[in-house]
Amino acid sequence: MNGDVSTEAGIPLAPSYGPDDLPPTEQIPPPGSFPFTRGNFPTGYRGRLWTFRQYSGFGTAEESNERYRYLLGQGGTGLSVALDLPTQCGYDSDDPDVEEEVGRVGVALDTLADAEILFDSIPLDQVSTSFTINGTAAILLAFYVAVGEKQGVDRAKLRGTIQNDILKEYVARGTWIWPPKPSLRLIADTIEFCATDVPKFNAISVAGAHFRDAGANAAQEMAFTLQDGITYCDEVISRGRMTIDEFAPQVSFFFYTHGDFFEEIAKYRAGRRRWAHIVKERYGAKDERSCMFRVGCVAGGASLYAPQAHNNIVRVAYEAMASVLGGVQSMFTAAWDEPFALPTEESTTLALRTQQVLAYETGVARVADPLGGSYYVEALTDAMEERLVAIMDDLEQQGGMVQAIEQGYLQRLIADEAFRVQQDVSSGERVVVGVNKFATDEPAPEVEGYELDEKGRLRQLERLTEVKRTRSAADVRTTLGALEKAAAREDENLMPLLVDCAKAYCTVGEMVKVLKDQWGEFQQPRVF
Amino acid sequence: MPTRVLIAKPGLDGHDRGAKLISRALRDAGFEVIYLGLRQRPDAIAKVAVQEDVHVVGLSILSGAHVPLTQKTADALRDAGADDIKLVVGGTIPQRDIPRLEAAGAAAVFPTGTDLEAVVEAMRALGQETDALRA
Repeated sequence: MNGDVSTEAGIPLAPSYGPDDLPPTEQIPPPGSFPFTRGNFPTGYRGRLWTFRQYSGFGTAEESNERYRYLLGQGGTGLSVALDLPTQCGYDSDDPDVEEEVGRVGVALDTLADAEILFDSIPLDQVSTSFTINGTAAILLAFYVAVGEKQGVDRAKLRGTIQNDILKEYVARGTWIWPPKPSLRLIADTIEFCATDVPKFNAISVAGAHFRDAGANAAQEMAFTLQDGITYCDEVISRGRMTIDEFAPQVSFFFYTHGDFFEEIAKYRAGRRRWAHIVKERYGAKDERSCMFRVGCVAGGASLYAPQAHNNIVRVAYEAMASVLGGVQSMFTAAWDEPFALPTEESTTLALRTQQVLAYETGVARVADPLGGSYYVEALTDAMEERLVAIMDDLEQQGGMVQAIEQGYLQRLIADEAFRVQQDVSSGERVVVGVNKFATDEPAPEVEGYELDEKGRLRQLERLTEVKRTRSAADVRTTLGALEKAAAREDENLMPLLVDCAKAYCTVGEMVKVLKDQWGEFQQPRVF
Repeated sequence: MPTRVLIAKPGLDGHDRGAKLISRALRDAGFEVIYLGLRQRPDAIAKVAVQEDVHVVGLSILSGAHVPLTQKTADALRDAGADDIKLVVGGTIPQRDIPRLEAAGAAAVFPTGTDLEAVVEAMRALGQETDALRA
């Protein structure tokens, strides 16, 4: 290889690195010390391994409950709940506009009754549950608190995460409901509520993963996400009711790990350092734990390819290793058949085994930040951090994140990068094994995938009808009425009211409608 | 006259990387592209397709709901009297569903991994077919 060599995000690389490339020693103190470049904890994974968290859930609450109990039985240590799109976008299963989506990419939750079945026989004081939910995150949190109480588990003991990151939905994932301003208010409500009532629960998982899957490079992914994190913290701080130290420990982050091994490691190290500085310097955090950058990740996504799909097993394994060397706290490894359909039990088990081999056989988890002090890794971490700062400055110039989104600026940056990558793959400049090099005529595999069972949807509709028939209409009216009143005012936290609605068996669609009537809907800029 | 294409995402799926890539590649190849964005109802897609007099409608679906959504869009196009408009579908589509999509009315199916050039060429050919029908 001759000529200019750079990382996938375009950071130029020297042929080799040496002592002159190392930052000053105080920039890289031992693991567990501010600014946490080398990790959040002094003993790395010795104290606690990362959480193996496989994203799963489809069809009805019964089917998903069965899958969760299977995964926990196989050594999974946390649940990750996938919701169907109607639940994510705020429609009930009996809405005729969304009938083909019910129970398809995740489980359908219409009312508390579904949540009760979903977590049946799973002790909520012993597992942590992550919900990939954004538009309706506050409602799902209300369900979880209410189910916990039904099980006799105090809300203070509940552990888990709601994704609750609406800004990236406007740009990259699309499960928005309301416009940015009221959405930010609701998110700030959940952050406050978790701080006071559900202290072991992460109120938000600021996610770069979806920027990445939409086409952003590693530096953009991290920078956009940090800027989103700032936007949320600004919102909470601006209310003047809470200090950063009261809620920062409940803010977490979520990314994709793709294939550029060292760049991914540098991304996590640089992101951790940058966030620590932001929390301390912008918000004046006094507690160093507030400055910790807690990270979950996915290995897979858009880094996986359909041709020669079994190669994806190898890709995911390398990505998983990069994630661990980058110091993540939890990980989902995607199944090799992800480009075609929802994974089978076999492919998803293999994906979990990939993490288990990494954790228990390779020895990479024995020592905290084993790459700390590497000339190359430290230099790349510094270069990455410089990129992050430059990208974040540019977003500030655009008037901040909300404005960049409403004007389609961020969407365009991502679409440009996605197009550039596509061209590089088409031209062969970016090599993808089995796709543009060493390609064969091997036909796409016959994947089993997941056949949606129409009977499941009908059962869901029956249950919803039954719940609507047997619940107290008066309670529904009262709780929705209270929600409506509070939504019209800006200073009342909506979470306790949503918990009341959940307990009265109001549907997701009913709660969403009350808020939509007050707040309106987001209008998408159509840029490509 | 350039080929006019409508790209839309029906249903609730929000993954629009593919739809945007295709839109841009078609535009760069000289097509006139209308990108409708997310959460488009089949009847609304058909209505715009007729109003804008497009040659081809492209749906992008990654949620698994491709068969019913394609069926609904094909029905909506037929109800709108737009039998000459070709319908194509791309996204996370298992091989076994391709015949089902064709039966539902798709003139072409582009599963994940389809070469961009191949999509552009197929769309060009379909546009010419529509022109021939209209001539």
